Amino acid sequence: MDLNKLTIEDAHTKLIQGELSAVALTQAVLDRIETLEPRIAAYITLDAEGALEQAAAADQRIADGDVTPLTGIPMGIKDVICTRGLRTTCGSRLLENFIPPYNAAVIDKLEKAGAVFLGKLNMDEFAMGSSTENSAYQITRNPWNLDHIPGGSSGGSAAAVAAGMCLGALGSDTGGSIRQPAAHCGVVGLKPTYGRVSRYGLVAFASSLDQIGPMGKSVRDCALIMNAISGHDERDSTSVPEPVPDYSRLSSGAFKGLRVGLPKEYHEAEGLHPDVRHAMANAIETVKSLGAETVDVSLPHTEYAVAAYYIIAPCEASSNLARYDGVRYGVRSKDHTGMLDMFRQTRTAGFGAEVQRRIILGTYALSAGYYDAYYGKASQVRSLLIQDFRQAFAQCDVVLGPVAPTPAFRIGEKTDDPLTMYMSDVFTLSANLAGIPGISVPCGLSSGGLPIGLQIMGPHFSEERLLRAAHDFEQHTDFHNQTPAL
Amino acid sequence: MKITREEVRHVARLARLDLDDDTLDTMAGQLAGILEYMDTLNRVDTEGVAPTAHAVSLTTPLRDDQRRPHLDREAALANAPERDEESFLVPRVIG
Repeated sequence: MDLNKLTIEDAHTKLIQGELSAVALTQAVLDRIETLEPRIAAYITLDAEGALEQAAAADQRIADGDVTPLTGIPMGIKDVICTRGLRTTCGSRLLENFIPPYNAAVIDKLEKAGAVFLGKLNMDEFAMGSSTENSAYQITRNPWNLDHIPGGSSGGSAAAVAAGMCLGALGSDTGGSIRQPAAHCGVVGLKPTYGRVSRYGLVAFASSLDQIGPMGKSVRDCALIMNAISGHDERDSTSVPEPVPDYSRLSSGAFKGLRVGLPKEYHEAEGLHPDVRHAMANAIETVKSLGAETVDVSLPHTEYAVAAYYIIAPCEASSNLARYDGVRYGVRSKDHTGMLDMFRQTRTAGFGAEVQRRIILGTYALSAGYYDAYYGKASQVRSLLIQDFRQAFAQCDVVLGPVAPTPAFRIGEKTDDPLTMYMSDVFTLSANLAGIPGISVPCGLSSGGLPIGLQIMGPHFSEERLLRAAHDFEQHTDFHNQTPAL
Repeated sequence: MKITREEVRHVARLARLDLDDDTLDTMAGQLAGILEYMDTLNRVDTEGVAPTAHAVSLTTPLRDDQRRPHLDREAALANAPERDEESFLVPRVIG
């Protein structure tokens, strides 16, 4: 069994045909984790015992004919999603001992589908970062080159999928945190429309931007996960009561007659790495050969997206993270002089540097005298970014561009310079600010052998269109069949 | 844009963080750089543009005011750093 290549779809066929049991599959993945984890460091918490129990239950379901496409499929979960009884740290020391008393809505749904949970995947602390270097626990390495970052913040999820240390994973995307690591690790990742997937039980970073989504080896695998996790949930008041289509109906020919917008602000961006530029040119040729009609479009406020995002997201974060006071959960500092000081010592000892920086930035931008100049202004620019997309989607069905301006950078390269790190999110932030979906699909390798991702974005609730287009691209290219040599 | 150590100290206090002088100075330098970059937003004409707080239009859903099961007390208290049978315990507030 080649776990490096085995998709959820393949594994499902083997499971229902009796070629493979869920227990054997889960054990094989656990063995691979044991071999590779010392090099990759994707998991914060591994639950081998629980996974094997769930796999045995899945085998029983398969024997009873009670099967979904995810029954018996070993999956990894980003450590920002609450799992009842299984430690959920958010990559933070402050939550080192936190055991959620309830499941996130997506976990309930995957459990009902019969998925097997291997454990919790590494991430930038509270999902704040683009490299997973902000984890308080470990540095996750890119399976394609161990000296490089896997991307972030869902870096553990992307690395685990790429290395065959799970068959599929959940990530969360607040400013690119699913799409960028998917691109850097050569896997597929989808950020759904805001409100498509319930955020109940997703630990909040920036509530108006956060969204959970699937990461997998193929577009179809992401579609299968989407089928299981999407839909309205009354426990999340921002969850949208739109019907959920069957995302896995992926016929080919999706690009035929599709109007594909090429935003000049993405394709002509100054900092675009030559290898990324080259991969984009090839991708455009591919979609044209598949019958797409390309349209030059403009998203004129793109150059302001980074500034607007890095005001709005830290403002929301500074408010959301006020809950970590050492009273109801988390690691309380023992060294204090009273209650207020207990709050301060707990938060100072518990949060890492980037989280503290964003709390301070957000608190500053929301404080008296600065609110209008920063948060108010950024919220207005957000409206203009939304208008950009509205105008673009009047001329085209999807927008196509790079996910990240460069291939994965080296570990440590940008850790001292937060602003440069923020700039690397330039092509992904806008989708979160506008609430629209975006998918990353492999579209090439750099001269240094690192994966490059193609991003396809569409209007609200166009996931079906994006998955079909990405599938069409995937079926006519070979990039998804390339795997890292480990 | 210049940000002083004292300004960062003030904001840190508001955010319930207790940073030492070295950290305050590093943070002040980084914040100044970040905020200077944020000032590029002033180049955008936003006269008459309504702000957006949520990209998907939503109305607050309401439900009937009926009693429902909720997390039981023991489960809610299980992660408490300090607790007794029925409450979270915090350091003494009033001497």
